[in-house]
Amino acid sequence: MKWIENIIEKIKPAFSKGGRLAFLHSTFNAFETFLMVPGTVTGKGSHIRDCNDLKRVMIVVVIALIPCLLFGMYNTGLQHYLAMDPRAELPGFFPVFWYGFLKVLPLVIVSYVVGLGIEFTIAQIRGHEVNEGYLVTGMLIPLIVPVTIPLWMLALAVAFAVLIGKEIFGGTGMNIWNPALLARAFLFFSYPAYMTGGKVWVVDGTSGATPLAALAEGTPLQELPSWTDMFLGFIPGSVGETSLVCILLGAAILLYTGVASWKIMISCVAGAVLIALTGDIPVHYHLVMGGFAFGCVFMATDPVTSPQTETGKWIFGFLTGALTITIRLYNPGYPEGMMLAILLMNTFSPLIDHVVVSVNVKRRIKRIARHG
Amino acid sequence: MNKRIFLDPLFKNNPIPVLALGICSALAVTVKLEPAMVMALSVTLVTGFSSMILSLLRNTIPNRIRIIVQLVVVAALVILVDQILKAFAWEISKQLSVFVGLIITNCIIMGRIEAFALYNKPFPSLVDGLANGLGYGIILIAVSIVRELLGSGTLIGYQVIPQQWYVANGGFYENNGLFILPPMALIILGLIVWVFNAKNAKRV
Repeated sequence: MKWIENIIEKIKPAFSKGGRLAFLHSTFNAFETFLMVPGTVTGKGSHIRDCNDLKRVMIVVVIALIPCLLFGMYNTGLQHYLAMDPRAELPGFFPVFWYGFLKVLPLVIVSYVVGLGIEFTIAQIRGHEVNEGYLVTGMLIPLIVPVTIPLWMLALAVAFAVLIGKEIFGGTGMNIWNPALLARAFLFFSYPAYMTGGKVWVVDGTSGATPLAALAEGTPLQELPSWTDMFLGFIPGSVGETSLVCILLGAAILLYTGVASWKIMISCVAGAVLIALTGDIPVHYHLVMGGFAFGCVFMATDPVTSPQTETGKWIFGFLTGALTITIRLYNPGYPEGMMLAILLMNTFSPLIDHVVVSVNVKRRIKRIARHG
Repeated sequence: MNKRIFLDPLFKNNPIPVLALGICSALAVTVKLEPAMVMALSVTLVTGFSSMILSLLRNTIPNRIRIIVQLVVVAALVILVDQILKAFAWEISKQLSVFVGLIITNCIIMGRIEAFALYNKPFPSLVDGLANGLGYGIILIAVSIVRELLGSGTLIGYQVIPQQWYVANGGFYENNGLFILPPMALIILGLIVWVFNAKNAKRV
């Protein structure tokens, strides 16, 4: 690794103040800190020192997403071959995976190129450092869209999410809504025909409905894929959301490293189960269908857009889960409610924090008054 | 003097992005360009003439009942506009529906009467009213051009984006449904506010 350091040290003067390429200093800084420990660290003072900086946290989330991504690629290929001829022999693991890989890879590339392009440009214009926040968003976006989405629509949605959803509010850490979900919401309302309904899964001319969409159109539960299939993920759906196994694997990574809040995940499931008990569809089906599990693990737990207080996290998660299933069961307009539920609760999370804090303040004032 | 009264509301003190007046109807009637233009024209006429009439009456109105008098004048003009639209442009009148009637509640009108017409001579008041209506109209038209072009692919009903671009005809393009929904009007308006703020901040 020494040689990388040497190269960086050699070209550094050109990017520093007064250097030939000084206008690119943010870009240089981004790559330098991406590869190496930052050149400037605080020497003294009462700072808490920890190896977990923003970059490492983001990388952990990306690693947690990789099982979903790989499975999504395989599943895309699988759905393609099943749609062509359900009775034919599958051509083996690698051709199936390769087909899906070629379908999913462009989504990932477009998401990263457009998103990072905008991030770098804006950081450069404002003279800020480039933030790492997009690493996760850029991986999430391809995982929550149908694989058949045209690439230019995806690019537009990414641009919208990064510019309107994040940069306007001041960049990473300042956004009100989860940027990845905002990109999905943009697509959902802009091009509804490509996002929901029975015609989404057009892989080379054949179409299939996701279990949730089929359910919304009145297909009886017996004709849906089996619960085991939905649990394992061999069903049509957005790239990363189908397999609960991979999502649980990701959840385990996030919880073990302490990146995501287990309180939000647990209370989210609790809220969903409670509302699901009032409907006709068995509760355990709700947990494996659609984007519920994926949203619960990877989106609702976004540390920026969820409440900061511990009590607030319980409330936030519970309401997110409850709202999701409420939308699924009682709103005929939308078959899936996870996206809208999380975005709505994102909007309310500052309020939840405010209420929790002020209730706490009141409680403590009362205690002081009592003990005098 | 009159030139400044006319130009100020168009750019520097534009009622919608700078004074934040009349936002509600700007969100509601900007889906298509044609209704937005009619709305802009209606509001311009109402603000202009209500300002002028109230400026003529300004020395005779008792101060304590001035709001009622203002409302009577504005309401009379709005009814006039509404009837004219119903008589000569029934289709557009139907599209604008309740929003023509709601011109009476447009904050710009009362705002200009209270702030300008009650203290100035009739002609400057007329100019001020018309200019504020036009300032409102410019924003309305700007927003509706973006929304109709991207949301429906048309302008004043004429197809602008070539038909062969659409997916249905073997192309790649699709109209963006979000631009037809009200949230996008708010976002476009927000971007316009941003532009105005940036420009005005530089001038100071």
